[in-house]
Amino acid sequence: MESKAYLVPNPMTPCQAIVIDPKLCTGCNECVEVCRTDVLVPNPEKGKPPIVLYPDECWFGGCCVGHCPVPGAIRMEYPLNQRVGWKRKETGEYFRIGMKNPPPPNTRPPVG
Amino acid sequence: MNEIHYFQVKEWPYPVNYGKENEVVADVLIIGGGIAGCHAAINAAKRSAKVIVVEKAATIRSGCGGAGVDHWGSAFSNPCSKITPEEGVEGERMFAGMQMRYMPKHCQYITAKEGYDALLDAEKMGVQFRDVDDEFAGAPFRDEETKIMFAYDYDNKTTIRVRGGANIKPALYNELKRLGVEIYDRVMVTSLLNEGGKPGSRVIGATGVNVRTGEFYIFKAKATIISTAQPLRIWVFSTELAGSYSAHDDPNLAGDGCAMAWRAGAELALMEQTTPTSSAGGFRWPAYGVGHPGDTWYPCTIVDANGKEIPWVDKDGNILKTVEERSRAGSASPIRDLPERIKKGEFALPFYADLPGMPPDERRAIWGLMVGNEGKTREGIYLLYNKAGFDPDKDMLQANIMPPDCYSSVDWFQGWGVGPPQWLETAFGGRAGVVVDWDLKTNLEGLYAAGNQIAGFAGHPGASATGRYAGRKAAAYAKTASEPAIDRKQVEEEKARVYAPIMRNKGMGWKELQAGLCRVMQDYCGPYRNQEALIMGLRWLDSIRENEASIAYARNPHELMRVLECLVRITVGETMMHASLARKASSRELGFNRLDYPEMDPPEWNKFVTISLENGEVKVGELPLNYYLLPPNAPTYEENYKNHCDL
Repeated sequence: MESKAYLVPNPMTPCQAIVIDPKLCTGCNECVEVCRTDVLVPNPEKGKPPIVLYPDECWFGGCCVGHCPVPGAIRMEYPLNQRVGWKRKETGEYFRIGMKNPPPPNTRPPVG
Repeated sequence: MNEIHYFQVKEWPYPVNYGKENEVVADVLIIGGGIAGCHAAINAAKRSAKVIVVEKAATIRSGCGGAGVDHWGSAFSNPCSKITPEEGVEGERMFAGMQMRYMPKHCQYITAKEGYDALLDAEKMGVQFRDVDDEFAGAPFRDEETKIMFAYDYDNKTTIRVRGGANIKPALYNELKRLGVEIYDRVMVTSLLNEGGKPGSRVIGATGVNVRTGEFYIFKAKATIISTAQPLRIWVFSTELAGSYSAHDDPNLAGDGCAMAWRAGAELALMEQTTPTSSAGGFRWPAYGVGHPGDTWYPCTIVDANGKEIPWVDKDGNILKTVEERSRAGSASPIRDLPERIKKGEFALPFYADLPGMPPDERRAIWGLMVGNEGKTREGIYLLYNKAGFDPDKDMLQANIMPPDCYSSVDWFQGWGVGPPQWLETAFGGRAGVVVDWDLKTNLEGLYAAGNQIAGFAGHPGASATGRYAGRKAAAYAKTASEPAIDRKQVEEEKARVYAPIMRNKGMGWKELQAGLCRVMQDYCGPYRNQEALIMGLRWLDSIRENEASIAYARNPHELMRVLECLVRITVGETMMHASLARKASSRELGFNRLDYPEMDPPEWNKFVTISLENGEVKVGELPLNYYLLPPNAPTYEENYKNHCDL
């Protein structure tokens, strides 16, 4: 446990909007180029992940995720007040976005 | 440690060149590269005009429709439609049974004639909307010959399900590139330029500022099309209430087009109308991301907390027994007295969308075909929920819990009626904006309009159709128009205005300014208005412009854009107040309540009230409700269309 504290402003807004995995991100800035509100800006260090500068202006359009060439390098994070749940009809089990140990992913594409 | 909150102050990552001028010349200038702007550009370019598109965001994905589309309404000219364009425009069906007299119906007619053609255009660009691999063979909503799939009304077949709609914007973007259209992304247009620098005279271009580099642009064009979006955040602003942008409303929508048109002398109509489109931002849920029975999720089976099914009824209140009947009966919906039944305890909250209980084709059409392609829902709903384990074959998505009365609408995620009532989300309500004629030309020579900017048309078909049409008309005009000459004084004045906020590094930040403007609109231009309050509201806006707005600072080009948008919203708010003062009667259809003129819709006020700026003064005018069918126009839609469409 680190026994240090810092003079920092409050979180700027109650959402993270998007989260980048620095291990997967190649710093190609494709997400920066498609974002309509410049939520992301390029990292001044070339090849490093973009900076999430304006999460408070995110439209949750998901274009950054859709255009990312590396699956999993960037993901949308709905604010907690926008997360929803569902019930499995047969068993009555309740699941939700953001839970630990979610059921296995459903990989069926939208069409075809 | 999270870099969002703890990174050191670093230098702006783009080269900054405030004030550096770039001059660009074109035949046709298109302001706003959304769905309407792209179709306008494509059609003008195909008529061999030199076309430029200026876009505040990134054309590849920008615009309210940029993230996708799942259904294409008003497709009256598709081969299976049982309704003609004329019937569609005059009939009730087109706008959900609402009586709509205050509509520029010529724009609707253009949509009814060309909306389907625009979808065929998109198909040629690679947007596959038909069920080519026969996934839905035999489904009740599929035409076996054309492989077109329909939504909502399987008998009349006027709304098409768009199988590949999630990628429509990149397809349009590629077509612009192929046709050699020059695209200026990340440039906010700040003003239109008039011949001789005089508002009210011919529009000959525009000025803009790059929101990453701060560079200045002078666009010189023979013809200009505004295809920007409706104003937003006029009454509501809070980044603390996350979820503000859960609908299609993009945070970039300030009403730039409206404000620049007004300042250049264009005539506006219906700015007084304030039909709220949904609950206030911050009180919504993810768009199409909760169980509900409307729109993209139509006609989903809904069950209560104990698995008890909520019955559906036809428009006469008869109970519908099967899922398929819901799409045959015209305007079917869950039982109309659902709120009362919830209050009596007949149905227990929360509700669930019973996808597993639906026929497989209908289930797959909702959670797949539709949710997989609708704007903002492929990544944010379909793929994200699936990744978290949601399986429509097994799972029932929960509906959001609201006060019982809010379940009388069907778009539950929008939370109609949730949140403070004075927080009206939008003024356009689908129909305000600049006044246009049968050429989609404004009252100013050289200035055309398309999409959201004219009839406030929301949605792909209207945006695409009016975009195509305006592109043709503007290209034709540009062929005969004289070379424009920019007035240097108008440019210099605009440059001084645009760059003022970067000269300050203290004062007021844009968010405080934005929230303050919203307060003025809530107080003085809210759901109930009167002359005294409106006049006071105009004084407040003017005073804010003189005081707080004149000390607003911008520390980089992005903040500069946001400050300039606040200035746009001051102007838009003023037009709303002027229009509200001019209509001296209340109107149910317009959601317009004048406390000092309480009589609803007195016949002498059944007309459009128009406003424009003339020599710095507000000029009030009026237009009959069917002005587009009165002389000098022909008496029928068909004749006018034939005379003007250039096809």
